[in-house]
Amino acid sequence: MMSHLLSIVTFLPLVGVAAILLTRGSDKTVASNARWIALVTTIVEFVLSMVLWFKFDGSTAAFQFVESADWLGPGIGYRMGVDGISMLFVVLTAGLMPFCILASWESIEERVGEYMIAFLALETMMIGVFTSLDLILFYVFFEAGLIPMYLIIGIWGGKRRIYASYKFFLYTLLGSVLMLLAILYMYYQAGTTDITTLLHFHFDPWAQRFLWLAFFASFAVKMPMWPVHTWLPDAHVEAPTAGSVILAGILLKMGGYGFLRFSIPMFASASEVFTPLVFVLSIVAIIYTSLVALAQEDIKKLIAYSSVAHMGFVTMGLFTLTQQGLDGGIFQMLSHGVVSGALFLCVGVIYDRMHTREIAAYGGLAGRMPMYAACFMIFTLANVGLPGTGGFVGEFMTMLGAYLANTWVAIFAATGVILSAAYALYLYRRVVFGDLVKPALQTIQDLSMREVAILAPLVVITIAMGVYPKPVFDVTSASVANLITEHKAALSVGNVPKLAVAGATR
Amino acid sequence: MNLQADLLVLLPELMVAIGAMMLLVGGVMIGDTASRIVSWMAIVLLAGVGWVVFANTGTNGAFHGAFVVDGFARFTKLLILTGSAFCILIADEFFELEVRRRFKLTILMLLATLGMMLMVSASSFIALYMGLELQSLALYVLAAFQRDNLRSTEAGLKYFVLGALSSGMLLYGISLIYGFTGTTGFHAVALASAQGGMNIGLIFGLVFLVAGLAFKVGAVPFHMWTPDVYEGSPTPVTAFFVTAAKVAAFALFIRAVITPFPAIAHQWQQIIVVVSVLSVILGAVAAIGQTNIKRLLAYSSIGHVGYALLGLAAGTEAGIKGMLVYLAYYLVTNLGMFACVAAMRRDGETVEDIRDLAGLARTQPHFALALGALTFSLAGLPPLAGIFAKIYVFGAAMQAHLYVPAIINIVASVIGAFYYLRIIQIMYFDEPKRGFDHDIGGGTHALMWGTSAISIFFVIVPGPLIAIAGQAAHALFP
Repeated sequence: MMSHLLSIVTFLPLVGVAAILLTRGSDKTVASNARWIALVTTIVEFVLSMVLWFKFDGSTAAFQFVESADWLGPGIGYRMGVDGISMLFVVLTAGLMPFCILASWESIEERVGEYMIAFLALETMMIGVFTSLDLILFYVFFEAGLIPMYLIIGIWGGKRRIYASYKFFLYTLLGSVLMLLAILYMYYQAGTTDITTLLHFHFDPWAQRFLWLAFFASFAVKMPMWPVHTWLPDAHVEAPTAGSVILAGILLKMGGYGFLRFSIPMFASASEVFTPLVFVLSIVAIIYTSLVALAQEDIKKLIAYSSVAHMGFVTMGLFTLTQQGLDGGIFQMLSHGVVSGALFLCVGVIYDRMHTREIAAYGGLAGRMPMYAACFMIFTLANVGLPGTGGFVGEFMTMLGAYLANTWVAIFAATGVILSAAYALYLYRRVVFGDLVKPALQTIQDLSMREVAILAPLVVITIAMGVYPKPVFDVTSASVANLITEHKAALSVGNVPKLAVAGATR
Repeated sequence: MNLQADLLVLLPELMVAIGAMMLLVGGVMIGDTASRIVSWMAIVLLAGVGWVVFANTGTNGAFHGAFVVDGFARFTKLLILTGSAFCILIADEFFELEVRRRFKLTILMLLATLGMMLMVSASSFIALYMGLELQSLALYVLAAFQRDNLRSTEAGLKYFVLGALSSGMLLYGISLIYGFTGTTGFHAVALASAQGGMNIGLIFGLVFLVAGLAFKVGAVPFHMWTPDVYEGSPTPVTAFFVTAAKVAAFALFIRAVITPFPAIAHQWQQIIVVVSVLSVILGAVAAIGQTNIKRLLAYSSIGHVGYALLGLAAGTEAGIKGMLVYLAYYLVTNLGMFACVAAMRRDGETVEDIRDLAGLARTQPHFALALGALTFSLAGLPPLAGIFAKIYVFGAAMQAHLYVPAIINIVASVIGAFYYLRIIQIMYFDEPKRGFDHDIGGGTHALMWGTSAISIFFVIVPGPLIAIAGQAAHALFP
């Protein structure tokens, strides 16, 4: 039983799917049953992921809870395991899901059963991405998540949902299929798709560059990095609240996770070659999308652009290849997962009341909604990176790492912090402060119990992450340190033949 | 004594031939009221033949090497028999609703199946041509089976004229090969071409042979018959074209280039790479504008032919293994797809416009789920079965260093995903129309559920099929 803990965590949501499929009765009963089944499943799932975290040994960089079984054939097996890099993403995924289900409790009225099925299936796919230790298995999970997300945007989305769902799907698919070819090439080179073996396999430096680019095509779209980020604002704006939370909170992190798990350790010399490219794209993302965010009229679109900017910090941090940069990048992903998810939930709260996301339609909410204003304030400041919130730690550490790697990069990135304060506070002022003059807002209600239950835990987590980030680093640092050592070792191995040749010709 | 052994090797084919004739005689005596009995007896017959095929082992030649029964032939024969049996089932229920059942349809399908079985066992060009023509003649009649329907007769005529042209090319190629090697046996040709080396006449013959075979599988630029024929033929017949006939044509294609021409593999690989890439691109782009679901599936099949041919272009054992996995997946998925198309009826009339699927997820959620799973599987999205077929074909291409064709094909597959998504969009996102009739036959329904369940759950135990396909491919590379 315990030896299969990871598989249980991964596939438990599918049990919920089966349970919802088996419910019979009138539409109303099915809807109510589906909500409860989904909530219970996701909470049990979260508890199991916490068990996983407590049993996790942070002092070693090895993969833990490893499982393996025959699957496709020689070299391609069903392999699962987590290390310090993937562990907390599992917790993040499982932790955000109950909030998503709660946020959809009243706002989703049609086809509730199918909606919950889509979300639960998506949860399995997302967790599988972080727990699989086989490239083909990883690819299956990575791609399979597209189907439920496509349906979520397309069925329960806003006015331009069909356009947004196609754009999301085709963009992501195009990136991924190139990665599939790279995976198949690696399979025939190394004879296996076992990630633990491939981490120590040295690909030819020239082949590495193409492989790196193929993986980059996939992860850069997913991340998303400038200039392939344009699907994200559309998808965010049209998706239902919970869909946006998942998109911003977890799906974007798959890109960063991919860089950490595959691009950097497996293609060490190519990563070295392409680091300047990543830095430039990250800086452009940080500055350009922050400026774009300033000009937005739609709350969700503004937060979407801010996500792109924050992911710029992550890619920058990861490719500094310093302990600070990598730890910071992981922390930034986790805190952004919580904070951006919470911001979208905040937007959902007022959207459910007013059915508009136009910034201009709001103003002066502080008077009628004090609790809401307080929550929104905390998340906004966390998004800006105020010390004492989760957002600060990640941003600070990635910039520290960038400073160690390249001063100019750090200087440019720092301007992004100022810009993020500008657009986030400007948004907050327009929505929450000012006089409550709009007639439609005169009777708006403050948070309901359900909404308090959603936002209060997220406030606590956000502040806890800022005040006491140690538990996170306890998990990640051993694996990150190992990654950096291995990376350096791989680089020196890659350099040996060159030096030898140089010596011979001399 | 020798004859007896030869006949024993071809026992499955003899069973189909004798069975078809007996059913024909019985049908003639009783008349069209016997259609259902004839159909079911044919299905039982095919199941029995399948068992005989399955029970056989080893590699056996017959009639001085004109035919060979090896792992490859058995694997593809089982696929063909499965396809035929289920197409007979769909046809029976389809024509019952059309109130024009004719037992001859079943007989013709059996005879075509016989031709296909001979094709995949053929080990000499004469045997190949004989099996191919037996199959083709039956198929021409099947395409025009609804003879009072303008489109059906048009399909039959078009198929006949173009099919005859391609047979001519094929035959011309065979005669050149015979002329320059002095033999028609596959192994003998392999020996002669290895000794003779590059020979311009032989290459001419090879080009004509490949062109003829590309026509039979419906690959660009020899695809022009497929959309019209697939759209015009009655749905169960189209299903038969797409499943059993496609598998047989592919098996023939594989054996007829792999066994006789390993020495000049480089020559035919170039042709097949180009054909593969063009098929995938055309299939992806041309399907976007289609509204008739059968026509759309015809273009989709052109695209899938392109993916499968990538395995042949690799020319390696891994490539053939990938192709066999692909054919098995393709057969099962399309059986389900066409069962769904056959179940699209409103007030007793068949409807074929994809807009008729609008809102199916709300009027008939289970139907939509089945069709949705099959569609995503055809689009090649995990965790559905399609991706595993693609993995093996593309993997073989990467192994054979066909990087550029693989990249072009996989990018085109993203373009192709667009029209599959459109089917999903219409079913799940659009406002509902009236649902379809519910009195579709039980067999058709069972086939829909069965194939979509296979598409969904294949991910759990993919190993066995892949291992069997590997063994079958190995038979071609002794």
